[in-house]
Amino acid sequence: MSSVQIRDVRKSFGNFEVLHGVTVPIEDGQFVVLVGPSGCGKSTLLRMLAGLENITSGTISIGDRVVNNVQPKERDIAMVFQNYALYPHMTVADNMGFSLKLRNAGADEINKRVKRAAEILALGPLLDRYPRQLSGGQRQRVAMGRAIVRDPQVFLFDEPLSNLDAKLRVAMRTEIKELHQRLKTTTVYVTHDQIEAMTMADKIVVMHDGIVEQMGTPLELYDKPDNQFVAGFIGSPAMNFLKGHVRVNGVATFEGPNGVKLPLKTAPAASDGRPAVYGVRPEHFTIADDGAEAEIVVVEPTGSETQVFAKIGGEQVVAVFRERHQFNPGDKIRLKPEPSLVHLFDDATGKRLNA
Amino acid sequence: MADVAIPRAKPQMSEDNAWTRLKHNRNWLGFWFMVPAMAFLIFFLAYPLGLGIWLSFTDTRIGRVGHFVGVENYEWLWDDSIFWLSVFNTLLYTFVASALKFAIGLYLALLLNENMPFKAMLRAMVLIPFIVPTVLSALAFWWIFDSQFSIISWSLKHLGLINQNINFLGDTTWARICVIFANIWRGVPFVAITLLAGLQTVSPSLYEAATLDGATRWQNFRFITYPLLTPIIAVVMTFSVLFTFTDFQLIWAMTRGGPVNATHLMATLSYQRAIIAGQLGEGAAISSAMIPFLLAAIMVSWFGLQRRKWQQGENND
Repeated sequence: MSSVQIRDVRKSFGNFEVLHGVTVPIEDGQFVVLVGPSGCGKSTLLRMLAGLENITSGTISIGDRVVNNVQPKERDIAMVFQNYALYPHMTVADNMGFSLKLRNAGADEINKRVKRAAEILALGPLLDRYPRQLSGGQRQRVAMGRAIVRDPQVFLFDEPLSNLDAKLRVAMRTEIKELHQRLKTTTVYVTHDQIEAMTMADKIVVMHDGIVEQMGTPLELYDKPDNQFVAGFIGSPAMNFLKGHVRVNGVATFEGPNGVKLPLKTAPAASDGRPAVYGVRPEHFTIADDGAEAEIVVVEPTGSETQVFAKIGGEQVVAVFRERHQFNPGDKIRLKPEPSLVHLFDDATGKRLNA
Repeated sequence: MADVAIPRAKPQMSEDNAWTRLKHNRNWLGFWFMVPAMAFLIFFLAYPLGLGIWLSFTDTRIGRVGHFVGVENYEWLWDDSIFWLSVFNTLLYTFVASALKFAIGLYLALLLNENMPFKAMLRAMVLIPFIVPTVLSALAFWWIFDSQFSIISWSLKHLGLINQNINFLGDTTWARICVIFANIWRGVPFVAITLLAGLQTVSPSLYEAATLDGATRWQNFRFITYPLLTPIIAVVMTFSVLFTFTDFQLIWAMTRGGPVNATHLMATLSYQRAIIAGQLGEGAAISSAMIPFLLAAIMVSWFGLQRRKWQQGENND
C-alpha cells in the first residue's frame, strides 16, 4: 500500500494538449474515483499512472518514488482493464499466476497465492476454465484476481463495469467496494458513471476537458458543488438550472425565466440585478402554497418515487417526490425549492456564488 | 404473419399434384442451389483426381488406350532411382523453403505490425512478389542466375570477391539453393500478410496487461503473440507446404529439373514422364505417389488445430 501524488501533470498528443495541469493527492489506502464525461482525460491520466503513456510534464509519484521514468512492471501497480484483457489461451489459474510466473516465482508460491485470490473472489471451481467459458461477471472477477495475486501498491481500474449488464454492474460495484474494505489497497478507479463514483469512492475527482473541476467526498460534491458543471454532473436526475437575476429588496429573491420569483436564503454581497443561474435538485422541491406555479408535462412513477416533469416560467424542470401524489399532465401545481438547499452559480463563469 | 399463412396454405396443397409439392419442398430447392458447386467440384476436382489415379494403374500412352496393369507402374517406380531422387528433392525443397518462408514471413509480419511511417505503402509493397506471374518471376530469376550474364556473378567479380562466374543453375548444389531461394521470394508475402492479419486480431490491451504483469518484449511474443497466432500459423503453413510440395511452374521455367535431375520435383518428373515422354500411366503414378505426403501434411495441421481447447465455444466442460 502506498500514497500516490499527481502533481501538475500535463499530457499532449502532438500539439494537442489533453491534460492541462492536473494535481491529485491520493492518500494511502484511499479509494479514489476519477469521473467525467468521455474525452475528459480520466483514462489517459490512469494510463499515465500505470506507465502505459508518457508524462509530458509534471510528476507522478507512488510512495516516495517519482515514477515518471520507471517501467510499468517496476511501478508495482495492477490494472483491471475495461475489456478485462484476459489471456484467452490461458486457464483462469494461469491468467492469475502469469505475473508471478514472469517473476520466476516457484510453482508452490504461485499456487498458494492464486488459491488465496480465488478464495477471496469465489473463483475456486473455475480455476481450470478458459476465459471463453466464463460469464461476464466471472471474467470481471478473474481480472480482479489477476490484480490481487500480485499484492500491488496500487490498484487501477479502467471502467471495469461498463461491459456488464445493469444488474451485474450493481452487484460488482458492491463486490469491488467490499474487496477494497478488506484489502485496503490504494485504488484509483476510472468511470463515466457518477452513480458508481458516488457509491464507491472515498474521494471523487470530477474531471472535464483535461482539468480537475472539483475534488472531495461524494457528499461534499453533492451538497456543495464548486461550479455548474459539477452540480449538473453529480446527482440523478440531474440538478435543474434556471437562468435569471438576483434581486435584493430587503429579502433576497431570484427572478427566474418570465419573472418567476424563487426563494433565496441569502444573496452574495452587492449582487442586486446580477445575472445568475439558480440550481435546485429534483429532490429539493416541495409542494407549497407559496411555491412557483408549474404546469405538469409528464409524470413518471418508478415505484419508490415519482419523477414529475413540469414547466416553471416556460422552462422545464424535474421534481422527485417520495409521496404518491395524484398528478395528471396539464395540472397546475405550486413547486417550492427548499431555500437552504438552493445553489447559485455565476451566469458567465459557472462558479458557485452562495456559501 | 407466417403463423397465419401456414393453416391457410395447407388444404390447398393437399389437392396439388406431386410436382407442385416438390416445388414447395425446401430440401428439393436446396439441392438445386447446391448443384452448380457440386458440378464444379466433380468436373474439375473429383473427376481429374479419379482419372489420374485410374491412369496410374494402366499402361496408357499418349494416343493409345491403355490396359489395366495393376500396380506395375508403382513397381517400376520403386526401383527407379530418379523417382526416389525426386522424392528426396521435393522433401528437401518443401522443408527448407517452408521453414524459411515461415521464419521470414513471421519476422516481416511483426515488423509491419509496428507503428511506422509509410505503413500502408510498405504493406502493399510486400505483396509485389505475390502478384507477379510465377513464370515471369521465374524468367527473371533465370536471368539473375544465368551462367554468363548473372548480375550476381558480375557484381561479385567487380567487387573482386570471385574470379569467374558462379555456375548457379549448372551446379547441383547451387541449382537447389537457387530454386529454393526463388520459391521463398515468391512465397513470403502470402505468409507475411496472412500472419499480419492474425497479429491484428490480437487486442492491444493484452500486451498492455502483459507489460504491467512484467513481460519483456520477448516474453510478450513468447507468451501472448505466439500462442494466439498458432491457429493461423497452422492454416498458413499447411497451405504453404501444400503449394510448395506441388510446385511446378517455377522449377520448369528455371531448370526443367536439371542439372542431372538435381531439382526435379515429383510434379516436374511426372510432367516429363507423362507429357514429354508420353508415358501417361507412369506419370500418373508419380503424381498419385504425392497424395500420401499431402494427406500427412494435412493431418499434421488438422491435429495441430484440434488441440486448442481455448478456442472452442462456451461449453462448460
